[in-house]
Amino acid sequence: MDIYQEIILDHYKHPRNFNKEIGKQDTVEVANHSCGDKVLMKVKLDKDSVTAVECFAEGCVISVASASIISEYAKGKSKKELLELDSGVIKTLFGVQLSPNRLKCALISLEALQRALQQYL
Amino acid sequence: MKRYFPIFTSQPDLVYLDSAATALKPKSVIDAMNDYYSNYSSNIHRGLYPIAEKASERYESARTTVADFLHANNDEIIFTHGATESINLLAYGFGREALQKGDEIVTTIMEHHANFVPWQQLAFELGLDLKIIDVDENLRLALYDKEGKIDISPVITKKTKLFCVSMASNVLGGENPIKEIIAQARRINPNIVVVVDAAQSVVHATVDVKDLDCDFLVFSGHKLYGPTGIGVLYGKKDLLGNMFPFLFGGDMVEDVEVDKTIFKAPPQRFEAGTPHIAGAIGLAEAIVFYKQHTHDHESRIMAIFKALISRLQTEFKDDMTLYFQTPLHTNTGVPLVVFTYNNVHAHDVAQILAQQNIAVRAGHHCAMPLQKRLGLNATTRISLGLYSDMGDIEKLVEGLHVIKKTFA
Repeated sequence: MDIYQEIILDHYKHPRNFNKEIGKQDTVEVANHSCGDKVLMKVKLDKDSVTAVECFAEGCVISVASASIISEYAKGKSKKELLELDSGVIKTLFGVQLSPNRLKCALISLEALQRALQQYL
Repeated sequence: MKRYFPIFTSQPDLVYLDSAATALKPKSVIDAMNDYYSNYSSNIHRGLYPIAEKASERYESARTTVADFLHANNDEIIFTHGATESINLLAYGFGREALQKGDEIVTTIMEHHANFVPWQQLAFELGLDLKIIDVDENLRLALYDKEGKIDISPVITKKTKLFCVSMASNVLGGENPIKEIIAQARRINPNIVVVVDAAQSVVHATVDVKDLDCDFLVFSGHKLYGPTGIGVLYGKKDLLGNMFPFLFGGDMVEDVEVDKTIFKAPPQRFEAGTPHIAGAIGLAEAIVFYKQHTHDHESRIMAIFKALISRLQTEFKDDMTLYFQTPLHTNTGVPLVVFTYNNVHAHDVAQILAQQNIAVRAGHHCAMPLQKRLGLNATTRISLGLYSDMGDIEKLVEGLHVIKKTFA
């Protein structure tokens, strides 16, 4: 099963909503210290909907691609809906089942998004 | 060599390059364990009936095989769950007895977590002074003077009570000059106690505990073509005799009264409960297999290793940075190489190779202090075993070219 398909590699090579100078203000950082994957996420809300997402990620293909994919997915969605997401959304978004080890790489982006949203509760 | 390993029958396309993590198992080892389970799976040291006697005899004979392998005596060999448990046993049974607040203990930055974390935690618990030997710019232990001779006096002093060191690094591959280090250590402090982690070395070098003059030595069976769940602690008889037991229960007691218990002498003192009997029998068979084949093949494996390094350095010189200490001009050292691939994370390297049925290891290899010291996050590791051949190297190189294309 090849996870290095067009979509994922595209998000890795051309990540959406990335800003290297994302800054610390309202930004959540989640890292996996054992492998060096790191994701930074910042959201803008209007009432209860996400209007903009800024992020930045360093690390393996999965961690970078999932930051990009999740940031695109979050736009226009409600805070409630996004906070209810669990690891199942990864399979939907990626179109492939990730092995437990690689799933961890994707979940740090989801965690970063949800923690960024929780700042506005 | 692959014909001795059943896994290549069920997985003929497997390119296994992760032997430093665990070795594949020869049929003779699997058969020896199945023989125990099928034909004489009794407990040991208890029953008087024939299969019990056979099981006991085979278990103790396995101990003799291990003792001979290390050039030790039978009563200096303790069977454990593995090298990690052996070291924890030492931290518990030796460390807590012999060390006290303010004592100095020394280990190195290149240790596997098994030979680092127990000592670090013991140092926190007892208030010990923990010193850590660094690596130098050549990735060797920083124990060499300006003329390139080994000089441990800057680090090991009269105050050093315990020194824990690996014989070979599972990340860098080179062998540490243990014999010379121990000889110097004893000249500086005759009472120093030295613990050697030989988990990688037993697979690639002769390990003679009397020649090394180490006080304790550990290794695991599963890296030596043996089963998982079995390992060895070697200890000098008088040191073991002064150690407090680690686990209490059956088999390690001489007499139990309601108000007191008398423990057995070593090694039984440290083998509470029913051991991994099949594991010990399997380990003995693995040692027999290893001895039969290693001398024929060690130089072959090192030649393959040199060819591997040459291919990597030629075809991927702008893409990969290699880290290895294994000398290329001799036949000694552990045949492994750790590398980073420019702009491709180690997990992605390993995953793309995995998709081509090539098994390598990515991550920190249970040596976070060393990797952090070298400024590395995750790295990828290739390691050879007796079954490795040039076909494996060809497939690996093809696999790496796929990575090149994917990330071009």
